[in-house]
Amino acid sequence: MLVIFLVFIPMIGGLIAWAAERVGPSWPRRVALFALVLDLIITIAVLPPIPPSRGGWLAEFRADWIPAIGATIHLAIDGMSLLLVILTLFLGMISVLCSWTEIRGRVGFFHFNLLWTLSGIIGVFTALDMLVFYFFWELMLIPMYLLINIWGHENRVYASYKFFIFTQAGGLLMLVAMLALYFIHREQTGAATFGYADLLGTRLSSEMGMLLMLGFFAAFGVKIPALFLHTWLPDAHTEAPTAGSVILAGLLLKTGAYGLLRFLIPLFTDAAEAFAPVGMSIGTAGILYGAVLAFSQKDLKRLVAYTSISHMGFVLLGAFAGNELSLQGCIMQMLGHGLSTGALFIIVGVIQERMHTRDMERMSGLWQAMPRMGGFALFFGLASLGLPGMANFVAEFLVLIGSFRISVPLTVIASLGLIASAVYSLWMVQRVFHGSPSDAAPPDLSFRETIVLLAMMLPTLWLGLFPQTALTVSSPSIETIAAHGTNDRAGSMGIEEGRMR
Amino acid sequence: MTKTQVAALLPMISLGGSAVLMLLLISVKRMHGLITALTISGFCAALFMLFSIRPFLPIDVTGLIVMDGPAFIYTAIILGSGLVASAIGYGYLERQNEHKEEFYLLLLLASTGASVLSAASHFTSFFLGIELLSVSIYTMSAYITARPRSVEAGAKYLILAGMSSAFLLFGMASLYGETGVMGFADIAEALRGGPASPTILAGLVMIVVSVGFKLALVPFHLWAADVYEGAPAPAVAFIASVSKAGAFAVVFRFYSTAGFHSIEDVGVIFTSLAVASMFAGSLLALLQENVKRLLAYSSIAHMGYLLISLIARGDGAARAGAIYIAAYAVTSLGAFGVIASLSTERGDADRLGDFRGIAWSRPWTAAVFGAMMLSLAGLPLTAGFIGKFLIVASGVGKGLWTMVMSLVITSVISLFAYLRVVMEMFRTEEASFVNGIAPLDSYLLGILMLGLFMMGVYPAPIISAVDSLIALK
Repeated sequence: MLVIFLVFIPMIGGLIAWAAERVGPSWPRRVALFALVLDLIITIAVLPPIPPSRGGWLAEFRADWIPAIGATIHLAIDGMSLLLVILTLFLGMISVLCSWTEIRGRVGFFHFNLLWTLSGIIGVFTALDMLVFYFFWELMLIPMYLLINIWGHENRVYASYKFFIFTQAGGLLMLVAMLALYFIHREQTGAATFGYADLLGTRLSSEMGMLLMLGFFAAFGVKIPALFLHTWLPDAHTEAPTAGSVILAGLLLKTGAYGLLRFLIPLFTDAAEAFAPVGMSIGTAGILYGAVLAFSQKDLKRLVAYTSISHMGFVLLGAFAGNELSLQGCIMQMLGHGLSTGALFIIVGVIQERMHTRDMERMSGLWQAMPRMGGFALFFGLASLGLPGMANFVAEFLVLIGSFRISVPLTVIASLGLIASAVYSLWMVQRVFHGSPSDAAPPDLSFRETIVLLAMMLPTLWLGLFPQTALTVSSPSIETIAAHGTNDRAGSMGIEEGRMR
Repeated sequence: MTKTQVAALLPMISLGGSAVLMLLLISVKRMHGLITALTISGFCAALFMLFSIRPFLPIDVTGLIVMDGPAFIYTAIILGSGLVASAIGYGYLERQNEHKEEFYLLLLLASTGASVLSAASHFTSFFLGIELLSVSIYTMSAYITARPRSVEAGAKYLILAGMSSAFLLFGMASLYGETGVMGFADIAEALRGGPASPTILAGLVMIVVSVGFKLALVPFHLWAADVYEGAPAPAVAFIASVSKAGAFAVVFRFYSTAGFHSIEDVGVIFTSLAVASMFAGSLLALLQENVKRLLAYSSIAHMGYLLISLIARGDGAARAGAIYIAAYAVTSLGAFGVIASLSTERGDADRLGDFRGIAWSRPWTAAVFGAMMLSLAGLPLTAGFIGKFLIVASGVGKGLWTMVMSLVITSVISLFAYLRVVMEMFRTEEASFVNGIAPLDSYLLGILMLGLFMMGVYPAPIISAVDSLIALK
């Protein structure tokens, strides 16, 4: 029962926030914050703390939806979902806080869209019925589209179009594949169902399996984004308002990665195994491509956007490597990237709010005027390049040792990405914060902004220093997925044996 | 004729009866409010009659009409849409300098024709229904005589529909000449003998042409954009909901009961019509600056989608088709309802610019219109999502990959068109429209939007109702 509340609280909160605009411009913010805090309390405090053994769910909700076609509202949460839901709520709160002064017009409607996007994302992370999953998958698009389209920057219309069209195209292909799976399953067993657990056992011929897998990959690959399907990302991230960028980079991309882990690999094990070399290559290419393009940007926000492509390449690599180590790396990367990139977008947002530009050529020596901001930027820049002691390092390291067992050449190439990321991160910090100070002397971080960035700093450090906290929570889910995983034989050594420090 | 058989005709009789009553009333005194109220009660009476014969289905009436489950569904959709369309018409006509009352008369007669179509099981009722529907629609399209465009729309529809009726008659005559029967089931019986002769095929193609015209399938779609643009908004709402429902109902019955699905060429013809309609409709919708024209092209694409359920056949497809039509009717009524409620005597609110910024100046109207656009695009929470989902399911279930993939591609293309409208509504410039919406209209639109979301979020009751009805054949 609790799980359904997780989805509904932001929805209801969104409606109230919209209405609360009549009371005063700050009320939508407060309502939104309250709804997210309440949701987080329910998530952390009320759910059973110890993850059950393999395959179990921490909490589950099931109700009939459309019995005639076998669709049920089936939501459940396990360790992997739990981590991602917490990330969602955390970044949600951060988004509300970071847009406190940036968003001045139509505050109520802004928070309505924000909360409905979050609600859709939580739905995606918890849905266990394919149709419900698709429902939420599509549901989060519309408010996100509006966030970019209404509150975005100069080129927002183009960017929002592109975002919507890409994701919708992928989603429809997934819908077709999903329905084909449904009918094949019905033919085999006579049971009409969209249930995840039921569909898992469907036998597929190798061609059919490959086709359906590609249908799902179209949807997830667009979101992650995989190289060649990524072109919407730089535009959408750059043009979105800060809160929108945080949610896009921190959460929306993760829904693609989550879909890969939860649905694509377990449902189409054989096809995914056959596709693994291609998937891993796309991931590796994405790592380098994103890094190289990030380095060549003049627009600060676009730079951060391209780093997302690079970082999410690791997720793709790890997911298709498919053993426990690499899958754990994926989860860590989702968390670490959500935090570090989200923070970088906030920093860019703050700079833009003060200097009204994102052009790095017009920034120089900002450290003089904004030392606190400089410190944070350096910290998150280092986090983003994978400095040991921070979440991204653990994640990338796990992915690399996991994929090393599968393909040495690809792993070697992928690790070059670490060098490239050092280049663009440090270059960015050097470019913006060092050098001769420019005439403009924007004020340093306000108290609220400092709190926001501090709040993002702590989990980044915690996950880097004590990754086992998160790994323990996600390991039952990961074991289940790895059992289906593309290369489970090669990666039999689990986290428990190879204890990470 | 037994009592049950007469009872089966009661919905149509009460529509026709109300029309006659109104004809007499108008000749005594013109009272717009009273006439609207009478029309609405006529529809309510017909709906009541329809639901009271529900336990006796299916009823075969003289071989011309069969009141079975599918006929019940489509008649219910037609009556409901007719009711809403006449309510939309009230506020709209109130602002026009025309004689208002005859519009309802035509509306009732057209609905009678559509109801006959949805229950037709014989060439005679097929033809009578389609003529009753078309003749009323000519006049409804040309109703605002002060606007040249409206008259043009009527004339265009008249000429092309006349052509299509000629085709229909010729086709029917060919089939009759070859088989000697006119009932759908008898034709199926006669066809069972062996391969179809060229005369039968030619007759069939002519019927397809005529039906393609009614549903505005490419390449018989040329009237659609002009009629949608020129005709008054309530008339378009009616055409998009009632006329499509009636035409689709008869096509579905004809195709599935007259035994033509076994002829492979017919399937190929319908598939190519569907694919062409999807692509032409969604591509041409992108180029439109006029919202009514945009919706016309969108309707062409939607009828293409709908054909998937026609070709897929079977109970799942029948359910998909019925629910898709219902969803499409609610959506069209909502969209044209908004246009009608914003229109003045100078013209309809149909330019894209008319919707600029209305999300800020009249948020509720914009919410309704936005919801309708999202429903047309088939996004979740709306009825259009469930409709499109069921259609795709019926296509995938039968392995109709060409059509399903065309649907996917064209859905993405047409998204541009719908998003353009949504975006226009959210533009920050001040709105060009300031006149208020009549209270009746706002209630009506509110109810439509609620219905749209109900169907989209919790479609279980409606799906199970449709399922239990489809079983009654």
